[in-house]
Amino acid sequence: MIGGLFIYNHKGEVLISRVYRDDIGRNAVDAFRVNVIHARQQVRSPVTNIARTSFFHVKRSNIWLAAVTKQNVNAAMVFEFLYKMCDVMTAYFGKISEENIKNNFVLIYELLDEILDFGYPQNSETGALKTFITQQGIKSQLQTKEEQSQITSQVTGQIGWRREGIKYRRNELFLDVLESVNLLMSPQGQVLSAHVSGRVVMKSYLSGMPECKFGMNDKIVIDKQGKGGTTDEAGKSSGKQSIAIDDCTFHQCVRLSKFDSERSISFIPPDGEYELMRYRTTKDIILPFRVIPLVREVGRTKLEVKVVIKSNFKPSLLAQKIEVRIPTPLNTSGVQVICMKGKAKYKASENAIVWKIKRMAGMKESQISAEIELLPTNDKKKWARPPISMNFEVPFAPSGLKVRYLKVFEPKLNYSDHDVIKWVRYIGRSGIYETRC
Amino acid sequence: MTDSKYFTTTKKGEIFELKAELNSDKKEKKKEAVKKVIASMTVGKDVSALFPDVVNCMQTDNLELKKLVYLYLMNYAKSQPDMAIMAVNTFVKDCEDPNPLIRALAVRTMGCIRVDKITEYLCEPLRKCLKDEDPYVRKTAAVCVAKLHDINAQLVEDQGFLDTLKDLISDSNPMVVANAVAALSEIAESHPNSNLLDLNPQTINKLLTALNECTEWGQIFILDCLANYTPRDDRESQSICERVTPRLSHANSAVVLSAVKVLMKFMEMLPKDLDYYGTLLKKLAPPLVTLLSAEPELQYVALRNINLIVQKRPEILKHEMKVFFVKYNDPIYVKLEKLDIMIRLASQANIAQVLAELKEYATEVDVDFVRKAVRAIGRCAIKVEQSAERCVSTLLDLIQTKVNYVVQEAIVVIKDIFRKYPNKYESVIATLCENLDSLDEPEARAAMIWIVGEYAERIDNADELLESFLEGFHDESTQVQLQLLTAIVKLFLKKPTETQELVQQVLSLATQDSDNPDLRDRGYIYWRLLSTDPVAAKEVVLAEKPLISEETDLIEPTLLDELICHIGTLASVYHKPPSAFVEGGRGVQHKRLPARAGSGESAESPDVGQAVSAVSDAPPAVIPSQGDLLGDLLNLDLAPPTSNVPPVPSSMQMGAMDLLGGGLDSLMGDESETSASHYRTEVQSPQPPECSERELGGDVGGSPAMGVSLGGAPVGMPAGLGAAPAVGGGLGDLFDLGGGVGVTAGSYIPPKTVWLPAMKAKGLEISGTFARRSGVIHMDLSFTNKAMSVMTDFAIQFNKNSFGLAPAGPLQVLTPLSPNQTVDVSLPLSTTGPVMKMEPLNNLQVAVKNNIDVFYFSCQYPISLLFVEDGKMDRQVFLATWKDIPSENEAQFQIKDCHLNSDAASNKLQGSNIFTVAKRTVDTQDMLYQSVKLTNGIWMLAELRIQTGNPNSTLSVKCRAPEVSQYVYQCYELILRN
Repeated sequence: MIGGLFIYNHKGEVLISRVYRDDIGRNAVDAFRVNVIHARQQVRSPVTNIARTSFFHVKRSNIWLAAVTKQNVNAAMVFEFLYKMCDVMTAYFGKISEENIKNNFVLIYELLDEILDFGYPQNSETGALKTFITQQGIKSQLQTKEEQSQITSQVTGQIGWRREGIKYRRNELFLDVLESVNLLMSPQGQVLSAHVSGRVVMKSYLSGMPECKFGMNDKIVIDKQGKGGTTDEAGKSSGKQSIAIDDCTFHQCVRLSKFDSERSISFIPPDGEYELMRYRTTKDIILPFRVIPLVREVGRTKLEVKVVIKSNFKPSLLAQKIEVRIPTPLNTSGVQVICMKGKAKYKASENAIVWKIKRMAGMKESQISAEIELLPTNDKKKWARPPISMNFEVPFAPSGLKVRYLKVFEPKLNYSDHDVIKWVRYIGRSGIYETRC
Repeated sequence: MTDSKYFTTTKKGEIFELKAELNSDKKEKKKEAVKKVIASMTVGKDVSALFPDVVNCMQTDNLELKKLVYLYLMNYAKSQPDMAIMAVNTFVKDCEDPNPLIRALAVRTMGCIRVDKITEYLCEPLRKCLKDEDPYVRKTAAVCVAKLHDINAQLVEDQGFLDTLKDLISDSNPMVVANAVAALSEIAESHPNSNLLDLNPQTINKLLTALNECTEWGQIFILDCLANYTPRDDRESQSICERVTPRLSHANSAVVLSAVKVLMKFMEMLPKDLDYYGTLLKKLAPPLVTLLSAEPELQYVALRNINLIVQKRPEILKHEMKVFFVKYNDPIYVKLEKLDIMIRLASQANIAQVLAELKEYATEVDVDFVRKAVRAIGRCAIKVEQSAERCVSTLLDLIQTKVNYVVQEAIVVIKDIFRKYPNKYESVIATLCENLDSLDEPEARAAMIWIVGEYAERIDNADELLESFLEGFHDESTQVQLQLLTAIVKLFLKKPTETQELVQQVLSLATQDSDNPDLRDRGYIYWRLLSTDPVAAKEVVLAEKPLISEETDLIEPTLLDELICHIGTLASVYHKPPSAFVEGGRGVQHKRLPARAGSGESAESPDVGQAVSAVSDAPPAVIPSQGDLLGDLLNLDLAPPTSNVPPVPSSMQMGAMDLLGGGLDSLMGDESETSASHYRTEVQSPQPPECSERELGGDVGGSPAMGVSLGGAPVGMPAGLGAAPAVGGGLGDLFDLGGGVGVTAGSYIPPKTVWLPAMKAKGLEISGTFARRSGVIHMDLSFTNKAMSVMTDFAIQFNKNSFGLAPAGPLQVLTPLSPNQTVDVSLPLSTTGPVMKMEPLNNLQVAVKNNIDVFYFSCQYPISLLFVEDGKMDRQVFLATWKDIPSENEAQFQIKDCHLNSDAASNKLQGSNIFTVAKRTVDTQDMLYQSVKLTNGIWMLAELRIQTGNPNSTLSVKCRAPEVSQYVYQCYELILRN
């Protein structure tokens, strides 16, 4: 298991050092600094073995987190733990920075004592942790016995993510379907790979211990329903809108065995904001934009670039925050740009022309053309021609996912599904959306 | 309020000030002080001097302060064990606290203090906590047992904590179960043979139930534990799989990977024709792909594991090629791993896409990545035949970029392509040769040299190219030197006329000027091969090579199986068994995949059998490195070790230049009839023996350096030859063989042995022995023709030897020798030939020629052959000589199992010209004083003590040339025993 956990600043100074196992000594702290943080080259592997000691490291802004072990630990678990550790810290004191860590080092030690025991990750749900680890510290006398046992049962219990006795005057929930659409397209417009990775994020403000059931236009579910009873016609029409989900993963509140057997998503949600599920689709993706590049070399010192973007969704919808990045060679000396819409600028430090458009409706087309002057060079290395990348945000789910229902049952308290105010929002963003040129 | 100020105190009297603050009455000030202490501790300052003061702060109801003090204690208790005892009372008291959080905190901290005395006090509170009513305390206590076991394993066993821990597996709270499982698994690891984790269907069922309810981390502990279980039959294995598959949808990648591990392992047991088996295979792919959308570090772990899974069960991800396409912004470690998997998944169906991708990658910036991409293109060519042509042209395009490392990498892979598709893409050689000068890496140079050697006949200036490499031979790495040696030998065999000088140059560089044994031995072997039988050399060196196989870099199957059992763990990331990086005994026991149990008949169904054999029976086909390939070649050469063959002559002891000349002649065969026949007449013509011998000797002695190298060479030779019997042993065998047969009266004559087996001499078998008859040494030879054609024109020649043996006349063989005919010839020998010390001393190298070829063999003669008839010394002279020879020249030997009395022995020895000068009897012991004279005038004096009734007698030999003593002893033994 994890033998020790160290946090360093970018200079390699130790900010936090917590050793869980006897086989990890102080010299491990220095070994990591010397071999990884101070190493000149970029990180070649997130797991580094130095003198039979393994270091798992992740970097957040310029802070290094390193978990150290001498055993054959579950590597995936260690990284998941490190990410979780970052989440917990962010939830307690915001951004992970040297200043914040120094300001909260007592709290971090307290957290580390709680979420890792002898190197075994324990409960790391922020909601539960916040009930008994507070920045003020707990005065043990001030808690009633019930309160204490409530804490412990929540920390160890089956529903570790939610405490009892939550009460809201207005029962409300927000569902965000957040998708990022990824594309790699050849210069000729052939889709090399495309997939959507989506998340359903929920903010729940519900009283009591509500039992929820979530439904979407999952092809498997709808096909099943089509067979069982409803008319063929209904089955067909809904089948058209259904989507094939390649794979999905759920927050630990979702009963996985039930999903596996019935493909129904039922759960008792944590209070507040959390990620209910993640999913991935690769079929029938609506690609919101198409990029058509045209690069022409005019002699040895000049490039002509023309890029057309076409929006491909309902004309009534508006895409926002559109940004197209056209990479330029390293020996660029000057760029002249003309674009029909938005603003375009050559950014020498980023070696790219950045073209920004605030809004663009569906089924439209826009174009940019640029002349790039090159310095003559005798560098033999060819310019790698990085792909043209794009950023945008659209108000629909490119995968075609639709929320069909989210039912809430709370048997003990006196409110029904109809009393809950529900909001659903769809946001499609660009992931890695690239076209080679 | 910020805590960062605590980090900045660097004043000198700091410790002193802190001490005062820690003892302050004000709570707030105390807390501040403890925080400062912890901050100093974090940055590595030694604050152990404050131990008593900090421990004094422990008695507090402020939980935050208490936790800080505990943190301090955990760090320094070990260095201050006596003072740590002061804390015990507080711990024990805290374990009784009404607040479960405090109870747990106390038991958790106590377990982290590695002080024996404290450990003793821990037992009672721990026992209570393990049965605490609060699950939070119980789950903490469960882990504490593992901590205690790490400090004092015996104590844990004696106190019965293990049983309590086992009971916790049935606890009602899932988190307690999970921690108990984790603790037990860890303890079990250090006791590989104990049955601690007594996994049976009941406990498995409990674990599977807890799996649905516990935290993500708990699920990992349980799944990792489940993976160690071996189900009884395929039905149980299926039911476990069914209950584990829902975990594949968990958001935590570690849960997913651990579930994959359980499934991959238990799948082994399922019959492949089962529907469920197929379903399971289909279910595994999506979650594995999903792992690739995780953070890069996790992606890396996932990819390393997928690499294993793809090797074990390629069918799972065969349609998922696209997800492994490299993204521009992937960290380099993710890119490299993806590339690896792409190559493994490449098939005819997706090759076009893959190639297009690889071509893109080859223009990237990162050198390692580009190299790997280029290599991948080569791999594709080898793997998918249809794409080979496209791959080659892509590689050629890349070579045109002239980017140095791309060119070198491309040449290395093109070499492999040639090995897979010989005689297909040779047209590109010209392009490759253009880039000869830019190659500076050994692997690329070696590859290029291999290509030149392999296709020497198609490259007009191959000799020039190779010669250019030869100039800096000693500066090259071994890899290049070896290739160069082989390539030039190939070239020589293909174009013998122009390259004789080159081959001699490389052979002498390799054998004489190199201190690398591999290179030297390879050099010798080629040399010998070329000199012994150039035609065979051609067959061996230019033999058709086996094609290299498609799959490359596969992990060896047993290791792969073991790694599959470690999916998700560090072992799977490193692709090494845990024993390779874990110290001590922890977790080092090897894990195995379960065998397909129970349903034997299904395992034997042809379908399954085939699939299994595809996985396990197929030998791991790995491209052998150049070195290995040549290693094989050498083994091949030495393959037929026949026991009766006299030790192989060492080529360097023969006239190397001359032999090579002969080799060239026969190699050129009919084309150079004139020179060959010239050679033949030379040997055949009944010239005076001295003449031909001088010629031989002259050639050998030609270079003085040769003599020097001869001295040193034999040290390297036996090791290099490997299969050849050690010279000494071979000699013993020879004499032992003789031991079984009776002796003729007079001098001892060993029976004939086969000196030259027919298979080594194109059907001519020569056996023979030596005899001394009436003062003349004879070599008795039997020639047998085991070939199909008639043999004529026999001639014989000796190499220089220790005692100057040489044929006294030409070899008289009744010619022709027809098939299956044997002819016995007795060849008189003289001892007036040229002398050269041999190793062993009595070694004789012989060349026999007939109408077919020249054959070489070596044999050993008994040294008694050289004992002359006038070897009886006068008694007085004997005495004087005995005294005169220094005693360090005396050698003593035991002759065992000799049942002769002294007279009989004396008689017998006299027959072989060992003369008894005097005899003395002391008690029951007879002492014979004997003298021997060798043909070259060396006298040997011996004392033989024979005790009546004792079969063992003692021989002392004194001689001015002590190296002969041993051979004399051997003669004594042979003569007396026969």
